[in-house]
Amino acid sequence: MARITREEVERIADLARLTLRPEEAERMTGELETILEYVASLEALDTEGVEPTSHAIPLRTPLRDDRVQPGLDPEQAVANAPERDGHAFVVPKVIAEDET
Amino acid sequence: MAEPLPTLDVLRRELDAGRVSSLELVEAALARAERLEPRLHAFVGLRGAAASAEAAQADARRGRGEVRSPLDGIPVAVKDNQVLAGEPTTCASRILAGFVSPYEATAVARLRAAGAVVIGRTNLDEFAMGSSTENSAFGATRNPWDLERAPGGSSGGSAAAVAAGVVPVALGSDTGGSIRQPAAFCGVVGLKPTYGRVSRYGLVAFASSLDQVGPFARSAADCARVLQTIAGHDARDSTSIPEPAPACLEALSGDVSGLVLGLPREYFVAEGVDPEVLARVREAVAELERAGAKMREVSLPHTRHAIATYYLIAPAEASSNLARYDGVRYGHRAADAATLGDMYRRTRSEGFGSEVKRRILLGTYVLSAGYYDAYYRKALQVRTLLRRDFERALAACDVLVTPTAPEVAFRLGEKSADPLRMYLSDVYTVSANLAGVPGLSIPCGFAHGMPVGLQLLGRALDEATLLRVADAYQRRTEWHARRPPELA
Repeated sequence: MARITREEVERIADLARLTLRPEEAERMTGELETILEYVASLEALDTEGVEPTSHAIPLRTPLRDDRVQPGLDPEQAVANAPERDGHAFVVPKVIAEDET
Repeated sequence: MAEPLPTLDVLRRELDAGRVSSLELVEAALARAERLEPRLHAFVGLRGAAASAEAAQADARRGRGEVRSPLDGIPVAVKDNQVLAGEPTTCASRILAGFVSPYEATAVARLRAAGAVVIGRTNLDEFAMGSSTENSAFGATRNPWDLERAPGGSSGGSAAAVAAGVVPVALGSDTGGSIRQPAAFCGVVGLKPTYGRVSRYGLVAFASSLDQVGPFARSAADCARVLQTIAGHDARDSTSIPEPAPACLEALSGDVSGLVLGLPREYFVAEGVDPEVLARVREAVAELERAGAKMREVSLPHTRHAIATYYLIAPAEASSNLARYDGVRYGHRAADAATLGDMYRRTRSEGFGSEVKRRILLGTYVLSAGYYDAYYRKALQVRTLLRRDFERALAACDVLVTPTAPEVAFRLGEKSADPLRMYLSDVYTVSANLAGVPGLSIPCGFAHGMPVGLQLLGRALDEATLLRVADAYQRRTEWHARRPPELA
């Protein structure tokens, strides 16, 4: 049985805010199927009771003094914006006309 | 003048003796880069006049007796996923088109504070995702030893620039082998430090629990000098280890007698490994034995699960990190989108290349409801087993010795149609990232006319012993001094 279907790939793409062309979705489905088939080899490994490792080098979260420090100034922060209004980022409408 | 540049150590002595100026070195590096660029394509951008101006300042400092460090006035290159203040960073992706960084990466800032002159930004697989530098939106880098072959990746531009003698030193980044594998393919030295040893501040995030910045050079001694310069705690990276930079240069005694080197048996029987590559590695092991090191066979029993573990964890982290590319704050934005959602989708679909999309999809899938435990959590558990393998093996020996890659540099295009085959070329390198331990690749001979890399893996924070073994080997051999045939 296939591990991933074309419909699932399209659902995942939607979650990741990607739009795949039909031939791209077809190709990705095949490639992801091959990769998932390979990584499924882990299923055979007994990991009962094994703690997960999310960071290899254990560190405590360091604390700093609660002092005001200079950061990126607003002009610099918006300097790369594709579209801006003063110190604000401008984006297209969140809701389309026909959805209002 | 556009001759290949020698090692950092030699250049430093030439500068100190007044036989050459920094301006001459930097202009020679720029001239050589420009001359080779049409065939090699190691660079995304050269800094030209800005680099020359910095070199002139280095010469002026020298004239006043204010030399900052042995790196002062030395030309270097930086992988284009580490930001320079006021300059573009592309990550070899269309999605960062037009981006100019408002700040500077810590490793770059430390190198430049020491006086090094960045001559250019080097090519990479898009967002460092790849093992061949073919996934660059700007076209593949070529291997200086054979222009029909890949330089490895993802730091292929940095490896090729050092191998071709454009610069003596370059920075790369290594998430699953992206410094060590191209170092092996291009016949140079590449060091992935312990996770957290070098700040990730200003390194564009791919897989945050695996990413690490490190140097390429032509000798272990040069790598040691660069590591000492860029390593050490940085308050701007919460995963930065609170330790000062290691005193690696002092450790380069040339003596390895009494050290116990472990040969992990799983690395010598892996499927698909080239017997010629194994032969070179065994010869290097014999050389280290003659130098007084003791050999011991060890086992890393979960090695065969490393690639699967890596290709679950790295894409999962990537899918989260790359969510920031949405066309709002910087980079590419799709034109004429009707709604915000439409703008996100079109921006990302236009901006990312195939491999990046594939990993975002894979990562999103393994983190999604219903699959998280079966794939992602499972991989984190196997990561624990891999980490324990290393703890056990490195309790019985000082350094592990393995091949860096199962084969020599492959041909351009040979693997690009088969993502899984490309992933398998990282079989010997990904474990070090998963376990967080340092790894180093040094040239140890040739197979089929191409360089072979010897990988040394060590205990966390013990880069000094890796560099000591590598340096001792290089004092007894001359593989690292070999150069590619001149690119006429």
